[in-house]
Parts: sequence; structure tokens; C-alpha cells
Amino acid sequence: MRFAALVLSGVFMASVASAEEIKKVEIVDGAVQASLTGKPGDAVAGAKVFKGRRAGNCLACHGNKDMSGEQFHGETGPIMDGVADRYSTEQLRAIVVNSKKVFGDHTLMPAFYEVDRLSRVAKKFEGKTVLSAQQVEDVVAYLLTLKE
Amino acid sequence: MMKIFGKVAAIVAGSALVATAAFAEDRKSYPAPKDHPLSEIISGYEFRTPETRALQDDDFENPAYILLDLGAELWSTADGAAGKSCASCHGDAAESMKGIGASFPKWSKERNKAITVEQQINICREEQMQADTWKWTKDPNMLGMTIFVKNQSRGMPIVLDNSPEMETVRKLGEEVYYTRYGQLDMSCANCHEDYYGNYIRADMLSQGQINGFPTYRLKWNGVGSTHRRFKGCMKNIRANPFKPQGEEFTALEAYMMYRAVGLPIETPSVRN
Ligand code: HEC
Ligand code: HEC
Ligand code: HEC
Repeated sequence: MRFAALVLSGVFMASVASAEEIKKVEIVDGAVQASLTGKPGDAVAGAKVFKGRRAGNCLACHGNKDMSGEQFHGETGPIMDGVADRYSTEQLRAIVVNSKKVFGDHTLMPAFYEVDRLSRVAKKFEGKTVLSAQQVEDVVAYLLTLKE
Repeated sequence: MMKIFGKVAAIVAGSALVATAAFAEDRKSYPAPKDHPLSEIISGYEFRTPETRALQDDDFENPAYILLDLGAELWSTADGAAGKSCASCHGDAAESMKGIGASFPKWSKERNKAITVEQQINICREEQMQADTWKWTKDPNMLGMTIFVKNQSRGMPIVLDNSPEMETVRKLGEEVYYTRYGQLDMSCANCHEDYYGNYIRADMLSQGQINGFPTYRLKWNGVGSTHRRFKGCMKNIRANPFKPQGEEFTALEAYMMYRAVGLPIETPSVRN
């Protein structure tokens, strides 16, 4: 009995991990056409991804008037005000998935949904994307609310 | 580098950037030699707040002085089976250790590799004093002695050993400096070359210079070594850091002395 229970819990763990399996995402002409989850994201959850230090931590690099209540806006990246006027949903999705494929290899901005070509990744983060597919869609939904 | 910065600056054109530009004029900088990756060489001191600087400016306020005093005491304390102290062989540190902090890592012919001040200390302890070696990054004895030795060069400009051996070491260090590591896929240069003078979250990025190490860091609430800082920056980008005092970090340190060439030694500095 005890043995069976252990095996069962092992199977359960494995299925949780595979639920987060990384999808192959293609960036064509600076855009990703389809939602990574098949659905639109949730802008409220996306705002949390944007400011969360352990999530996107986008605020570390991007100023954002919409979050003027938050302290410590970074300034290494462009200010996010009106970003939805500058880019389409599909372009924003591509920027979040892998900005290097949009802006070029020089960019400071990390790829948030990419595990290839990384070097010396800490064990804890090996084989994992910075954001889940859901979080990518959520933060894109949030960016789409930033209009001037 | 300036191209990237210029592009971002143009997009941003925000008030924050204008403010830092005004602030930047007050930063003391040193001219970079020909073909250097930086157009001006600036100490981390210049990027810190007046409050943090004040702690470094006043030796009585500088919390690292406790370790400097410990180092001075250890200098003339006999230890190990040979019954010797550093002073037994090196005499007055103000004379014998002058310039060490401004020029190490140096090439060791016997060992056929570059060695840091920390490694030299342990070599002397082991081989000359027959004493136990000290742990690299956090042992107060090691930190104290390293501060004491480097402090004998305070105010002296960093100089380079141009031997072909050290050139080769610096080449490896340069490679480490420009390689992107970790889940966040960044290189040292991404932050410290392309964006110094800009805030990343609550921190104003500096050039990541090493002329003040070992440093008292408010965040650590204590003193830390050069390689502890390297390790910290690698962990922040979710990378698996190299080993303190291993080949890569030693080479990186040697290369970063080139990036800092001409900067006066500040050891022990205070940072946030
Ligand atoms: C380490 C800094 C950093 C982080 C973290 C970061 N970015 Fe960026 N981002 C940049 C930089 C730098 C650029 C400018 C592109 C370039 O390098 O040419 C940029 C560009 C962008 C752009 C294009 C903006 C424009 O007006 O052209 C968007 C949109 C964007 N980032 C969204 C995000 C989101 C969403 C997150 C969090 C999930 C994020 N960024 C996290 C640095 C960062
Ligand atoms: C028994 C004598 C002896 C003792 C004791 C000794 N050293 Fe040395 N030290 C040497 C010799 C010989 C060299 C040069 C050869 C070498 O690098 O091993 C040297 C080299 C050095 C150098 C490099 C000098 C240069 O110009 O490159 C430093 C720094 C140093 N020692 C620090 C220390 C410290 C700190 C202590 C005490 C913890 C110490 N030494 C104890 C003999 C000694
Ligand atoms: C994500 C950006 C980032 C990256 C990448 C990064 N650092 Fe840093 N580093 C910082 C921040 C923030 C600080 C604290 C503020 C400052 O001095 O820049 C810092 C501080 C330092 C300091 C202390 C400077 C002083 O004056 O005391 C050194 C040295 C340093 N970094 C070296 C490195 C090295 C070497 C690498 C590459 C392995 C690296 N950093 C990569 C962000 C970064």
C-alpha cells in the first residue's frame, strides 16, 4: 500500500510538471500571431506580473505612469506609457517572448519565454522559462491597457 | 555602446534621464586609454548617495575599519609552525605592500598562473609560515588582511602588467565579461557598460569597478570580497556563478583592473 501511494504521488508530480511544458513559439516579422494559451490574458493578473520582483519585474527597467503608486521605476528601458499605441498585440507578445528576436542580440531585456541558447543557468531555473505561457498572455493583456 | 544608449534615450526622452544627465556632470572621471571599451573611467563611489559617500569619506565612520585594524594586528602576529608573522619577512607594510593593491592580480612564474592578493596571502601562510589557509570570501581574517594589504595602495592609480602572460589572462577575463549568462541571459557589459548612470529598480548602475574592494556593503551589513560581488551579480541574473578564486573569476578580476586602469584604489570602500 505504502509503495503504491508513493508511486501515485510520483505520477501526480510528473503531470504537474508537464502541464508547464514549454511550447514552441515562432516569431515571424517581430510578431507572434496566436495566444500561447489559446485565450486572451487577464490584465489584472498581468499588472502583478509587471511589477512582481519574482515574476516579470518589468518595472525594474521600465517606467510606467500607470503604476505611479509603486516605488523604484527603473530607467534602462523605454517608458511604457502609451505602449499599446505603438505596438499591436502580436508584436507585444513577441517582445515579451523573446525581445532579442525583435530588437537584436544587444538588448538588455531578457527573453521571458525561451530556454534555448542560455549558458550557466542556475540549477533552480534550468529548463524553465522566466514566465509561464499564462503569465506572458496576462502581461500582454496588461500592456494593451497602456494607451495615451 | 553609445549607439544603444542613444537609441533608448531617444525613445525615452523622459524627465528621469534628463535628471541623471545633470547629475552625471558632477562625477569625477578619469580618461580612458586608446581603444578602451569605456569613454571615461568612473569609480562606483561617484554613483552612490551623499550619505553612503560620507561613510567612506570619514575613516572613523567607515565600518570596514574594524577589519582594517584586524588586518594590521594580524600583520605582526606570529602564526603557524614556522613561528613567523607577515612582518617577520615583509617588515613595514607601508613600504613593502605599497602598490600591491594597485597592480594585482599578478603573474606567478612558479605556479604558472595569475594570482590575486587573497591567493598570495594564503600562499605565504601555507608555504612561508606553515599556517592554515583562510577561507576565501567571508573569513574576517582574510578580509581584514586583504583590506590591510590593499589599503597600503590607497590613492594610487591602478597600473597594468603588460606581460604576454597577463594579456592572455585578461583575454579570458574579457570573454567572461562579455558572455551572457543565466536565465536572464545578461553579460556584465549589458548592465555596467551599456547602462551605467541609469536606475535598475532602486539601484543606480555604476561601471562595476573593483577599485574599492573589499568593500563594506550596507545590504550585506558587512564586508565582502571582489569575488563575492561577482558571485552576487551572477546570481542576480539567475546564473550558476564561477568559483571564488577559481580561474575564471581570477581572470575576470585581472581584466577588470584593465577596465579600471588609472582609477585610484579606495580600499576599503562603502557601498549600498
Ligand atoms: C533588464 C531590463 C528589462 C526588463 C527586466 C524588461 N525590459 Fe522591456 N525593454 C528593455 C530595454 C532595454 C528595451 C529597449 C529595446 C532595445 O534594447 O532596443 C525594452 C523594450 C521593451 C518594449 C518596447 C517598448 C518600446 O516603446 O519600444 C516593451 C513593450 C517591453 N520592453 C516590455 C517589457 C515587459 C512586459 C517586461 C516584463 C515582462 C520587460 N519589458 C522587462 C529592458 C527590460
Ligand atoms: C617567511 C617569509 C614570509 C612570510 C612570513 C610571509 N611572506 Fe609574503 N612573501 C615572501 C616571499 C619570499 C615572497 C615572494 C615570493 C612568493 O610570491 O612566494 C612573498 C610575497 C608576498 C606578496 C607579493 C609581493 C609582491 O611584490 O608581489 C605579498 C602581497 C605577501 N607576500 C603578503 C604576505 C602576507 C600578508 C603575509 C602574512 C600573512 C606574508 N606575506 C608572510 C615571504 C614571506
Ligand atoms: C542586471 C544588471 C547587472 C548585471 C548583468 C551585472 N551587474 Fe554588477 N551590479 C549591478 C548592480 C545593480 C550593482 C550595484 C550598483 C552598482 O554599483 O552598479 C552592481 C555592482 C557591481 C559591482 C560593485 C561596484 C562597486 O563600486 O563596488 C561590481 C564589481 C560588479 N557589479 C561586477 C559585475 C560583474 C563582474 C558582472 C558580470 C559577471 C556583473 N556585475 C553583472 C547589476 C548588474
